[in-house]
Amino acid sequence: MEIFKNTNFDFLGKKWPFIIASLVLTAAGIGSLIMKGGPRYGIDFKGGTVTTVRFQNSVSEDQIRVALSAKIPGEIVVQRDTTTNDVLISTELRDEKALDAARQLVVDTLASNFGGGSAGKIDLSNVGTAKIADELRGPVAASMNEQQVQDLAKAITGFRDTQKKGLLGNIDSLSGVNGVSPQVISVLKEKAFVAPYQVRGFDLVGPKVGAELRSQALNATLLALAGMLVYIAFRFEFIYGLAAVIAVFHDTIITIGLFSIFDKEISLTVIAALLTLVGFSMNDTIVVFDRIRENLPLMRKEKFDSVVNASINQTLSRTLLTSGLTFITAAALWLFGGAVLNGFSFALVVGIIVGTYSSIFIASPILIWWRDWMESRRTNTPPTAGGTPVVAAKAKSVK
Amino acid sequence: MNSTLRNKAIFVLAIILICAYGIIGLPKSGAELAKNWNDNIRLGLDLKGGSQLVLQVQVQDAFKAEADQTIERLKVELQKDGVPYGVLDRNDPQRLEDADTIEILAKGIAVDKVGAFRDVVSSRFASWNLNSVSGSDFKLTYKPTEAGVLRKETVERSMRTIENRINGLGLAEATVQQRGGTKNESEILVQMPGVDDPARVKAILQAAAMLEITEVRGGPFSDRAQALAQNGGILPLGTRLAQERAKPGSQGESWWLLGRNAVVTGRDLRNARPSQDEFGKWETSFTLSQDASKRFGRFTESNINNKLAVVLDNKIFSVATIQSKIEDSGRITGIGDQTSASDLALTLTSGSLPAGIVYLEERTVGPSLGADSIHDGLMAGIVGVGVVVLVMLVYYKRAGINATLALILNAIILLAALAYFGAVLTLPGIAGFILTIGMAVDSNVLIFERIREELRNGKGVIASVEAGFGKAFLTIIDTHVTTVVSCAFLFAFGSTAVKGFAVTLVIGLIANIFTAVFVSKFIFDWELSGDKQLTTLSI
Repeated sequence: MEIFKNTNFDFLGKKWPFIIASLVLTAAGIGSLIMKGGPRYGIDFKGGTVTTVRFQNSVSEDQIRVALSAKIPGEIVVQRDTTTNDVLISTELRDEKALDAARQLVVDTLASNFGGGSAGKIDLSNVGTAKIADELRGPVAASMNEQQVQDLAKAITGFRDTQKKGLLGNIDSLSGVNGVSPQVISVLKEKAFVAPYQVRGFDLVGPKVGAELRSQALNATLLALAGMLVYIAFRFEFIYGLAAVIAVFHDTIITIGLFSIFDKEISLTVIAALLTLVGFSMNDTIVVFDRIRENLPLMRKEKFDSVVNASINQTLSRTLLTSGLTFITAAALWLFGGAVLNGFSFALVVGIIVGTYSSIFIASPILIWWRDWMESRRTNTPPTAGGTPVVAAKAKSVK
Repeated sequence: MNSTLRNKAIFVLAIILICAYGIIGLPKSGAELAKNWNDNIRLGLDLKGGSQLVLQVQVQDAFKAEADQTIERLKVELQKDGVPYGVLDRNDPQRLEDADTIEILAKGIAVDKVGAFRDVVSSRFASWNLNSVSGSDFKLTYKPTEAGVLRKETVERSMRTIENRINGLGLAEATVQQRGGTKNESEILVQMPGVDDPARVKAILQAAAMLEITEVRGGPFSDRAQALAQNGGILPLGTRLAQERAKPGSQGESWWLLGRNAVVTGRDLRNARPSQDEFGKWETSFTLSQDASKRFGRFTESNINNKLAVVLDNKIFSVATIQSKIEDSGRITGIGDQTSASDLALTLTSGSLPAGIVYLEERTVGPSLGADSIHDGLMAGIVGVGVVVLVMLVYYKRAGINATLALILNAIILLAALAYFGAVLTLPGIAGFILTIGMAVDSNVLIFERIREELRNGKGVIASVEAGFGKAFLTIIDTHVTTVVSCAFLFAFGSTAVKGFAVTLVIGLIANIFTAVFVSKFIFDWELSGDKQLTTLSI
């Protein structure tokens, strides 16, 4: 099966609509970034807390937000995973010293609003093994030794967290667990309750660590781009490296811009996705450049832009196949991956589309413009002795 | 099959076996296979569940404590040498960065005693520099070299204490390490896979656990003001005020006047453990070292019917009257349940922290959340790879099988490399894995499209395969090396998460050059080796 065989589209003749589209997207993204005062950083980069809670019943985002904002200062964002009853609650954190208090505040506020337990009882949905063992130890002392008590407590939390995915429902559901006797059930009923939710995860990042992660991510990405530029310049010519890096930069700016336009958060996983799309886009560009390099000696009679156009056409079926396949993978992740990976897969979906056309409509035209510019300089000013630019000399050999 | 081909077959087979051994070992049963898999493919905290903490040692606390001790010693030494002084005080640096700015101010040194004062400081307080502020006032600053040593010691002692506590909790897989970098030298990274109750562990790690058993000089008082009023507005020499911990059922505060110097401190403990009193209430009992029990025995013997206070982190836990001579043991009552009693015993035996601790970051993934992430990632992975394989098989027919085999081998090598290097698989690592799969598919597509092109240009089958691999090779090298170069920078300058991405990607890319170029070519050669006059290729 073959889709594209010996295509000969005039890509470079139709570059302007794409370049204009790119410029519009870039301008819209940058405009949105300026209007909103920079990207919307997640807690990884600005500090804050995110609590992941799974509710038994569906509790509306507003209900949670209202309950929490009565106790917790600052902006509170509640996001729901549409496929489950998982909720991500983000709060602000301005000072490292408030980190522990912020955690406790979220836990306490959730307990008092949604827990439904009474004072002095332990919450079987959220306590650890040691606390359960403490409650059981006395009452079952006659029939169990310490090790058995510990094992029993571990079996209970294990059942809760693996079989029941965090939500026990009620104490009676424990009756099937190994070692849970009717006596244990009655002890637990007396001393414990089951909150209709479980706190499944915490991310607490102090502002200092946030700032550090932000500068680290930025530095690492910029240095990685510089490294690629140097390598491509070494393997091809400087302008190839520059064109590739500009194209990749263009993809990143557009993706970050779209994140700002759709009001999505930039988190550490989104950075991983941005790095992934940098990899894909760079890969795409190099494949085209490599073909240009190979075609240049073979097509000496042709003009430089027809060589580039032919190269794009020759690599077209590979470009579309590879990009199509990775696009499908990223789209699968976007649709099935859940709330945690949403930002990650969104960046990939956008990045693959932008990254694919940028090698054709951004990186390649830059090469041609450079050639034309060098060409015109060569004809306008006579070359000084020994100072002929290398690129111009090569361009001459193409003609 | 010719001999080169046979050698290649043996080589590929050997690689597969080495990788399989790295991933699953030599299992004798299904259960053992699953166990080996779990042991070798180590998942990061974000996937398997657990807590990661970054904590910062408040080094300035140690500097303040050092200055306080110096002031006490200075007072004694100056008295001994007959140098009268007005005020001895220190400043109060609040932030970690200001720790070195610690200084002791000595005011009102008589003019004729300045020489003697200088002698005392320079001969007996070598860690400090003496600067004169005016004729009678002086400033002592901490020497920079000494400050460096104190910083390092404080962080190291804190780390040891934290390690002791983590070990005491039985968190076998936990790791404690100093964070790198010049700016982060006072930060400690604690990783605790599978931890059950991170809030409890955090409290244990943060507890200063400074135990003092001190003589009671007066009280109780209902508040600080009353305590001061009863003593004529000023505290008697060598005493301090401390508040008693609120007891359930009791109302109001109670304050006691205590001796400044403790009879016994946490350093004098030989061990501590949770125990129960005659009513079944939990308490923490401790035994003293030989030296301390002699001291304690002498003290209690001469103070029968006086009161003693058990002070933990500057809060009075309990006050009791001495009934008889006590030598080598004691207990701390009114603690709560067994967990609290054993937690206290643990913090006491693990040693006190030399400085306060502030948490900068916590990432906790509950066991059920980690399981979900694995499930989601796996689903997305299966769907993604499934679609890729399907399209390759439809589009490239028999050659698609080559690509699929190469893809599977790539995944096996990647997993084996992670197992052999002891690297952990994290969510960003999975992102790297996805990019690897993408580039592996791309390499195959590049090669196959090239072969098709050569076939279209009328070359023979074997020549087309040779040319296709040969020409695509350069492109593959360039794309891969570019990405490896960028990964090197990401690894050197990125945060932990970004490093995980880079490591997985580099391993995957190296594996890919091997599978897409060498193994895939080998499979083609093998298929073509039987028939030299082959005219069609299923591609």
